[in-house]
Amino acid sequence: MTRFIELLRRELRLALRQGSDSMMVVGFFVLAVILFPFGIGPEPGILARVAPGLVWVNALLAAMLSLDRLYQGDYEDGSLELLILTPAPLEVLVAAKVTAHWLTTGLPLMAASPLLAVFLNLDATDLGVLLLTLAVGTPTLSLIGSVGAALVLGARRGGVLISLLVLPLFIPILIFAVGAVDAASHGFPWTGQLAILGAILLGAVPLGLYASAAALKHAAE
Amino acid sequence: MSLFAAENLTCVRGGRAVFARLSFSLEPGTALFLLGPNGSGKSSLLRMLAGLLRPISGRLTWAGQPISDDPEAHGARLHYVGHHDAVKPVLTVAETLHFWARLHGGDSESRVQQAMDRFAIKRLADVPGRLLSAGQKRRVNLARLIAAPAPLWLLDEPSVALDKASVKALEAAMAQHRAEGGLVIVSTHAEIDLPEATILRLDEFAAPSQVAA
Amino acid sequence: MFGLQNPTKFLKFAKLVGPWLGGSTILLIGSGLWFGLFNSPADYQQGETVRIMYVHVPSAWMGMFAYSVMAIASAIALVWKHPVADHLARGSAPLGAAFTLICLVSGALWGKPMWGTWWVWDARLTSMLILFFLYLGYMALAGAFDDPERGAKASAILAVVGWINVPIIKFSVDWWNTLHQPASVTKAAMPSIDPAMLLPLLLMGVGFTTFYATLLLWRVRAEILATRIRNIRLAQIHAEGA
Repeated sequence: MTRFIELLRRELRLALRQGSDSMMVVGFFVLAVILFPFGIGPEPGILARVAPGLVWVNALLAAMLSLDRLYQGDYEDGSLELLILTPAPLEVLVAAKVTAHWLTTGLPLMAASPLLAVFLNLDATDLGVLLLTLAVGTPTLSLIGSVGAALVLGARRGGVLISLLVLPLFIPILIFAVGAVDAASHGFPWTGQLAILGAILLGAVPLGLYASAAALKHAAE
Repeated sequence: MSLFAAENLTCVRGGRAVFARLSFSLEPGTALFLLGPNGSGKSSLLRMLAGLLRPISGRLTWAGQPISDDPEAHGARLHYVGHHDAVKPVLTVAETLHFWARLHGGDSESRVQQAMDRFAIKRLADVPGRLLSAGQKRRVNLARLIAAPAPLWLLDEPSVALDKASVKALEAAMAQHRAEGGLVIVSTHAEIDLPEATILRLDEFAAPSQVAA
Repeated sequence: MFGLQNPTKFLKFAKLVGPWLGGSTILLIGSGLWFGLFNSPADYQQGETVRIMYVHVPSAWMGMFAYSVMAIASAIALVWKHPVADHLARGSAPLGAAFTLICLVSGALWGKPMWGTWWVWDARLTSMLILFFLYLGYMALAGAFDDPERGAKASAILAVVGWINVPIIKFSVDWWNTLHQPASVTKAAMPSIDPAMLLPLLLMGVGFTTFYATLLLWRVRAEILATRIRNIRLAQIHAEGA
């Protein structure tokens, strides 16, 4: 546990001092959503109808942006080997990396979504459900994304490759998250979809940590 | 019984057998020098001894116990210095040393100070990694050896980028480590003074040119 | 598994079994096509277009079957490190991708007369489309490394992770589809099967399976030989260097 906290502190410190990707990720997220009114017209009704989908699709894409740096730097400067040799299960260290990724990507995306809700004419209760789906869904993105980031270490064109690997795996999250917000906006119950998102997250924790650790060990061989 | 022993190690990289049936055993306080031409597997052997690379056959034991039984315990008892220095551009020297020492399981201010003293990087304590020269980065990497204690040192070409004075400091550190009962395994092309070290020539274990499917 | 994890034994096995598989493929698909095209009734609703089913449905089966073969072989390769299992997984991927593509294209050809459009977001077709992208990701990753061993290990992990996700993707797409059922697809996508249609469908199904097995044997054979050639070349390079 102390090693988890120690690595998390180091990751956050690195993110803070390197003028982290967080600002760019949020910038991309907001900008990409703003493009849509130009593409499909500014009628408030249409925008409110597609808002949950827009926010979620762009959140997926924005979360991809910072993934390729998740392990790449450690892989290049030799830190990865030392992390693997650390006397602790590698899964614990992966958990710290994933947590740091979520704190610097998923959380800022959540923080930016109320602004987008205003732009897209989404009402307050729907925004509340949207934030809940982001809170439960984005950690899964970091977990699955971590597997992709670990798999492409040492590959040619790693960055583009990650998107091809993990975007198809993100589809269930997209479906149930947007389904929940849509249901809420039509006055239907939406907790079922949120529960499924939670179940996916619970399943993604062991799968993501274990598969990432296995991929990292192979990458460092 | 010897402390650290290898029996019949065989290493295959990219479909090619690099070395085969390699064995050695080391007592506390001894040192092993790995020599051999390029591609003879010095780095692969060190990575294997660290547990990063799994041998295709053969086994490694520590005090009689196979290291594959408990890889984390093996990680706790070794320091590995590879080709890269694991120094982040935005972390200071002191932060880097404290971080790795804590991750290794023991962080004490006095040991980190002692480590920086040993490799003459104390005045660089607050300097971020991006401002360090290659030799200074290497010294930070080597200072990890002192900052958290571990009995087994695996050093892959440790003298690269080091000046004469720093090589002397490294030699002194290795001598003290051995006097305290530690083990040192070094691969090098350059002259490093390691008294009474066993010499292992990897080209003598080169596998006959054979095809592994 | 009968010593087939040994490449040399596998080559012998492939030489022995390959011609039989190939011969039965010709017989099965030949007779299946004859029954399917000339000797089975047209559907009372869909007319002659129903005959597309005899290619569409077996290729959908094979698309999913090949992914399972790939994932199981990958798991075996990861746990027991059998070299042939690696080759099986890598050989299965392009075959499965091709079957999935045939399924998608035949689905579109079927959709045009039936629904008046090349593509509908039908649950089954959508799942196959996602499966196709899973194959693409796998193949891209397997080929993205200079060291083929590294590519094999990374793509094996991806195959296993993908396989665990397939049921979740399938479930989510089915749920999503019932939510957004378009008015034009209210009819069942598949006609109720007349017994006279069942025979050619089964013949084609078994024929596609032996076709897949034949091609897989050939691919694995080629991969084993390619690995040997590479190793001989490596041995030569290092012999010259020494």
